[in-house]
Amino acid sequence: MAEAKTSPLPIEQRRPLSPHVQIYRWSATMAMSILHRVTGVALYAGTLLLTVYLFTAASGGVAFAQVSSFFGSPLGLAILFGYTFALMLHVCGGLRHAVWEAARGFDPVSRNLLAWGSLIGAVVLTALAWAGAYLL
Amino acid sequence: MPKADPNLQTPRARVKHLGTARAGTRDLWEIRFTSFALLPLTVGFVVIVAMLSKSDLAAARALLGAPIPAMVMIVFVLASIWHMAVGMRSVIVDYVRHQHMRELALMANLCFATGVGFVCTYSVLRLSFIQ
Repeated sequence: MAEAKTSPLPIEQRRPLSPHVQIYRWSATMAMSILHRVTGVALYAGTLLLTVYLFTAASGGVAFAQVSSFFGSPLGLAILFGYTFALMLHVCGGLRHAVWEAARGFDPVSRNLLAWGSLIGAVVLTALAWAGAYLL
Repeated sequence: MPKADPNLQTPRARVKHLGTARAGTRDLWEIRFTSFALLPLTVGFVVIVAMLSKSDLAAARALLGAPIPAMVMIVFVLASIWHMAVGMRSVIVDYVRHQHMRELALMANLCFATGVGFVCTYSVLRLSFIQ
């Protein structure tokens, strides 16, 4: 019945619907496209980490100490690591889209290179950010 | 006797539920503009967070209250909430089919982004001007 609401036309006059994810064999470009949206939603929620940190830094001692010790705990570090990787994957996904929006890199070899390259780039950038945090 | 043509709809009625909303390019433009702005800002943000990672409260307040880190942080937050509000709006209109739920979700999206932007900006400004 949900279908009936979307269009007043009888079924034989409707436009064909796109097949959805469960129809396709997984490909690198498809996985990275889905991950781009997933990481976007995760980063949306992750802004709360920054909000809580800045708010407690502005408001004072006890809350800031609690937030700091949480971010330093294994769970906190795991969340921050996941946040960093999601951020870097989303940044690299954005760069991939920038290439595509310049109407380049659509052939099978380039688009797979871009998909794998953005994943590898995210791993490298995450490692760099954490190495930087430890060395600074 | 020939069968009557069942399609008595006007051309407009036939395409009414099938066509484009003609409102997609603004989202594209805003997402593209904010993502280019966020490239250098994210580099700055990551450097600031890396420097904050070993800071106690006094050091964190001093760093976040200094002019350049404070400005980078505020512009990063503002560009981020703009980018994420537009992105989440397209996620909501893709997946939330019930009209009232969709409207509520769109409002919640704007409230969340505004709230994050306000709290972050206020906090950094407070660190800059009231130490």
